Amino acid sequence: MIKKGKAWKFGNDISTDHIAPGRLFHLRSNLPEFAKHVLEDADSQFAKNMSLGDFIVAGSNFGLGSSREHAPQIIKIAGINAVMAKSFARIFFRNAINIGLPLVECNTDLINQGDELELNLENGVVKNLTQNSDIKITPLPDVMIKILNDGGLAKHIEKYGDFKLI
Amino acid sequence: MGKTIIEKIIGEYSNKDVIAGDFVVAKVDVTAVQDGTGPLTIEEIKKIGLEQAKNPLRTILFIDHAAPSPRKELSNSHKIMREFAKKTGSILSEVGEGVCHQRLAEDYVNPGEILIGADSHTCTSGALGAFATGMGSTDVGIAIALGKVWLKIPETIKIIVNNEFQPGVYAKDLILHLIGLIGADGATYKALEFTGKTIKNMSMSNRFTLSNMAVEAGAKAGLIESDEITEKYLISRGRGEKFKKIKADNDAIYEKVIEIDASKLKPTISCPHTVDNTTTVDKLKDVKVDQVFIGTCTNGRIEDLRVAASILKGKKVNPGTRLLVVPASKNVFSQALKEELIDIFVEAGAVIMTPGCGPCVGVHCGILGDDEVCLATQNRNFQGRMGNPKGYIYLSSPATAAYSAITGYISDPRQVIKSVAV
Repeated sequence: MIKKGKAWKFGNDISTDHIAPGRLFHLRSNLPEFAKHVLEDADSQFAKNMSLGDFIVAGSNFGLGSSREHAPQIIKIAGINAVMAKSFARIFFRNAINIGLPLVECNTDLINQGDELELNLENGVVKNLTQNSDIKITPLPDVMIKILNDGGLAKHIEKYGDFKLI
Repeated sequence: MGKTIIEKIIGEYSNKDVIAGDFVVAKVDVTAVQDGTGPLTIEEIKKIGLEQAKNPLRTILFIDHAAPSPRKELSNSHKIMREFAKKTGSILSEVGEGVCHQRLAEDYVNPGEILIGADSHTCTSGALGAFATGMGSTDVGIAIALGKVWLKIPETIKIIVNNEFQPGVYAKDLILHLIGLIGADGATYKALEFTGKTIKNMSMSNRFTLSNMAVEAGAKAGLIESDEITEKYLISRGRGEKFKKIKADNDAIYEKVIEIDASKLKPTISCPHTVDNTTTVDKLKDVKVDQVFIGTCTNGRIEDLRVAASILKGKKVNPGTRLLVVPASKNVFSQALKEELIDIFVEAGAVIMTPGCGPCVGVHCGILGDDEVCLATQNRNFQGRMGNPKGYIYLSSPATAAYSAITGYISDPRQVIKSVAV
């Protein structure tokens, strides 16, 4: 599947507190409302200005901190196609794949704010349409590709009644 | 070929000879959620018709992050957890019983076991020689329902620490120093193993502080071999029979080895807004503190409160500073009452709050005002962590925090601590 959208650039070490702040803890039971505040503490205008299908493009260690799955959930609910970063924090990485939010590890220095991007997860390439360049993706482990293809871990377990990953 | 602690434990639980890099499905002994992650966990497994607990007596639901509840939405989330516990026969840890990580270590996790918890600081129990790691609601939900989890066996970084700390320097200073050294992503996807003479002589309380913060370097686990000190701790908690010796082989393969001389460390501080933004206390001049917070799963144990009380005894908190003290669990609170530490805090002008997470998560009990500075013994200082993105959080040991509460500025506890504590 090919996904197209605009890049929204963020820096290094974007934490789950930036993405889904603790002060909005009470919105964890109302994710569509929480999604209106996604990444608010990193960029207060982001949720208002982004469009459906856009990409979050960050530096290293995206999603560090808490295990709150609400962080990738509200990114997905807000309508982000995928998150691209130089690296991801471990728990965020698992959580995003588990809920079916694609993550793309690549050299995000090759992308500027507002660039038009085209993501093809199958052949492992991000096309930067604005700069007319191809960016290579670090492939996901097979286990994670299986989870993503089944639509997330809960759906995988629902389908097989057990883990059928390894 | 020799194995690291994590290779040994996961290998045993997946019935395979495993090495770093392998993927396995392993059985899980203990599962845990808290009130921030538990309701979503329950919702996820309900959706797929798996509202069940494979091992109900080792499935614990903790109400600790927003406890007592400050809002009706959170009260309703707590109700969902209570109902699930009742329906499945799982254990509920109620308001006031304490932070999940402290409670898991006190009463539930044993050496050689696997704990999967929906909270990033689940790695705390690694100090018992267990494989304990944090995951999200879906992973933990499936682990609760089926008693299994998929894992990639991480490579291990060995941290060897030798010699004695100077008076006024503690495990908290060591772990902040290490995170400053390797960075907030210095151990991403990897495990840390702490060893060396300093660790072998270290109390369980200080060991928990080290393992607790492994995730702040990105690590999946922070493991310490189990020994006589672990056994004594288990005996003190009434489960000495659960002791098992867990240690790495001498010829285990490590991704990297880092050696630290504990005697050279100084009281260390993480400055806003990342944990790896560290410096030593003597380099910070004129940082005025509006709030000091002593507590959390990192440093809210009885040993931490004893250190703080020894500094605050007969003294007063600076008039320009608020001091909040939150015991990590009811057991800690009760012990602190017996030892009259709470009297010392109250007389010094501190506020004592319900055992639990306190203001660490930014939900209640001490949210910072704009431009306010907090010195906290917690594990994280991210922007917005304590409820206000315009607040500034510094991290330190309980000794540095207690002395700074008296002076009103971030201050060096070596000025008042003259003898070594382990």
